[in-house]
Amino acid sequence: MTALMTRLAALLAGLLFGIGLMVSGMATPAKVLSFLDLAGRWDPSLAFVMAGAIAVGSMAFFVANRRNSSLLGAPMQLPAGTAITSRLIFGSAVFGIGWGLAGFCPGPALIALGAGYPKAVGFVAAMIAGMVIFELAERAKATMQRA
Amino acid sequence: MLIDVIHFTPGMSLAGGLVIGIAAALLVLCNGRIAGISGIIGGLLSWPRNDIGWRIAFLTGLLGAPVAASVLGRPTHVDIEAGWGAILAAGFLVGIGTRYASGCTSGHGVCGLSRGSVRSLAATATFMLAGIVTVFVERHLIGG
Repeated sequence: MTALMTRLAALLAGLLFGIGLMVSGMATPAKVLSFLDLAGRWDPSLAFVMAGAIAVGSMAFFVANRRNSSLLGAPMQLPAGTAITSRLIFGSAVFGIGWGLAGFCPGPALIALGAGYPKAVGFVAAMIAGMVIFELAERAKATMQRA
Repeated sequence: MLIDVIHFTPGMSLAGGLVIGIAAALLVLCNGRIAGISGIIGGLLSWPRNDIGWRIAFLTGLLGAPVAASVLGRPTHVDIEAGWGAILAAGFLVGIGTRYASGCTSGHGVCGLSRGSVRSLAATATFMLAGIVTVFVERHLIGG
């Protein structure tokens, strides 16, 4: 029962997340690039998206931080790491370069994919290829450490 | 600094942001999970697989949003300026980068900042700066 309820909640959360991205204008790479283009004609809209999301999100996480399980009884799985590692900064920088090149981050790319844009199909395929290479590199590292 | 007043959409962007916040709230309060898109996809690719059910449900909802809009006669218009080469290179960098960073705009930017995580603030500042520098190089140094 819990499994079904949590899946329904996740489906609804995904749908709402998608609607939010579409309404906010974040799904359009041209708008994202205008936000990142401080030296051009700057479109500050994206800052309003973040402000709105964080306003609601901070209330939810205030509650979540004080609970061991979710309202549906699932374990609360919040990230435990607090260290600012070179891996975090390297990954974020690489991600930022890709974001600046095309104007797509993972969520909006999936929206454009669902909307049927061929370039979004290409972007998501390349993104998954990058993620698979990460997994293979992690596995190779783990194998070497065991040996 | 020149503000693009024609394309600036504070109302719709704030409204969309609130809906994104509600979605993140729903996922953490009901499922105890972070609404981070790269992490949700990444969890489907890692081995051993762990609870893929909610990940597939979330991604189905996310992909379903534009599909539903099309069915309802309101197709999502997406303006993609980048050429194919840039698209493929960008996708690859976003894929590998977000996994090394353990998060993207949603996981670090929305959820991490909502949690008051300094680690996520460092990640968000880094990818924003990298994005700004990339667009500057592309549009003002190379593109002219």
